Amino acid sequence: MSRQRTRSFVRGMLALLAAAAAYEAIARSGLFPRALLPVLPKVAETLLDMLADGSMLRHAFYTLSRLLAGLALAVVIGLPLGILMGRLRAVEGFFLPLVSALMPIPSLAWVPVFILWFGLGDTVAVLVVCYAAMFPMVLNAWSGVRSVNQLWLRAAGAMGADESALFWKVMLPGAAPFIISGLRQAFQRSWIAVVGAEMIASSDWGLGWVIYDAKEFLNADVMLASLAVIGAIGLSFERLVFGALERATVLRWGMVGTANE
Amino acid sequence: MRPAMQETVSERRSALRTAPGRARDPYGAQTGWRSVARTALPFLVVGALWEITAHLGVFPPRLFPPLEDVAAALVRLTLAGILPRHAAETLLRLLAGFGLAATVGVGLGIAMGRSRLAEDMLLPLVSIGAPIPGVAYAPLFLLWFGLGNVSAVLLVGFVSTFPIVFNTWTGVKAVKEIWVRSAQAMGADEGRLFRQVILPGALPYILAGLRLGLAQAWRILVVVELLAAVPWGLGWLIFGAREFLDTDVMLAGIVVIGAIGLLLENVVFRRLEQTTVIRWGMMAA
Repeated sequence: MSRQRTRSFVRGMLALLAAAAAYEAIARSGLFPRALLPVLPKVAETLLDMLADGSMLRHAFYTLSRLLAGLALAVVIGLPLGILMGRLRAVEGFFLPLVSALMPIPSLAWVPVFILWFGLGDTVAVLVVCYAAMFPMVLNAWSGVRSVNQLWLRAAGAMGADESALFWKVMLPGAAPFIISGLRQAFQRSWIAVVGAEMIASSDWGLGWVIYDAKEFLNADVMLASLAVIGAIGLSFERLVFGALERATVLRWGMVGTANE
Repeated sequence: MRPAMQETVSERRSALRTAPGRARDPYGAQTGWRSVARTALPFLVVGALWEITAHLGVFPPRLFPPLEDVAAALVRLTLAGILPRHAAETLLRLLAGFGLAATVGVGLGIAMGRSRLAEDMLLPLVSIGAPIPGVAYAPLFLLWFGLGNVSAVLLVGFVSTFPIVFNTWTGVKAVKEIWVRSAQAMGADEGRLFRQVILPGALPYILAGLRLGLAQAWRILVVVELLAAVPWGLGWLIFGAREFLDTDVMLAGIVVIGAIGLLLENVVFRRLEQTTVIRWGMMAA
């Protein structure tokens, strides 16, 4: 098994190296202008420069604060709404058609409308993120609450749990796998929304803005460096934040199998 | 890809339960028109609130038009043939990009599921590209392939390839070993094994991947159309309308975008699932 894994790892590394080498060869061949296809050392240098002078960190900070503000708003609204929809038939009957009708509209399609209503700037980005993150939150909370094993509820009820204990100790943990997976999807969609919104509703800071702005000056190295940062942030959120969240809750409770392999 | 599957499950449930005439029938007393009325009620309430706000004049009517203006814009643009052309161009772009993604994605996913070597080599590459949101690539694609259709189609294809690869790969690996072995014991050769066991066995996952891929493609196509400055397309329509403060046109465009999204999700994929995996009893309806 461990030999197998070593071999997989070596092959993976070789493939990455081969891809990098192929890119480097094309970039150096002079077939395309250097500005459009910068060599990898140049990209690394740009990345280090931008990290060193703090501008990259500031861009990332602005993007993340917009994203987290929108995501938090979506959780604060979406989670209770989804839970209520799962619990009360009247709430479900009213909101489910609305959710189903609004969900297929891409969040970024609202950007021009929001710009007209709220002007260029942070409000647009936060609202678009909120819109994007809302639906996975609502739908997963709703399915999660409905999929809680009826037996658990009845068992807890028989053991004398009152309404609030039932909610906090059975319903919410029971729905947790769905809610966490909703949070994950919400984050992925927020990421897309925030980068797109920053490109269109441009302000002076933000990873989406810096990529889009680099196009004007043909700075492909800045673009690639920012893409690397965006990917790194996304990956670390996925692995560290959500991974830790899962390990602390649903994995520890033995409700789902080991998630990441 | 557990989250992916869960997403499709929850989305399917919501679709199923709101489809007209299919609404839940909890007390056995709800007939067709009553469930239609119950579905229509929330829209009427929200519509009425919108109308009241618009007519009170709290916001300038240019920015917050009453619904009849939006409907009028919808009818006017449809009759003039402008809206259908925008929609057709957008759909064409979507299909081209998605077709590309489906071909490449399913191919790569199957290769990764079947061959250890392909899996070891491709997985790191795919995993590096996947966490970066698709729109972030847009400026790069524009720089490399210029403004216009080529960039838009390639970008949409690129973005929707990832979920398709992941789900196909998972699906091929999830085919029960015992099915493969029993087919082999009954003398199936490599080709038949692939077509009659592995492909159908992986199909629920592949369809889930295609559905996710299409949804992602749809989500970014609108903004790609703006950034790539294509001459026609729904994305271009709504962003262009902003310049002239034509909020009614923008909202009409958004309505059409939502309707197409709903149609793609509920009609196209449900039909496909019903004729395959549901009929084979591999997935509950």
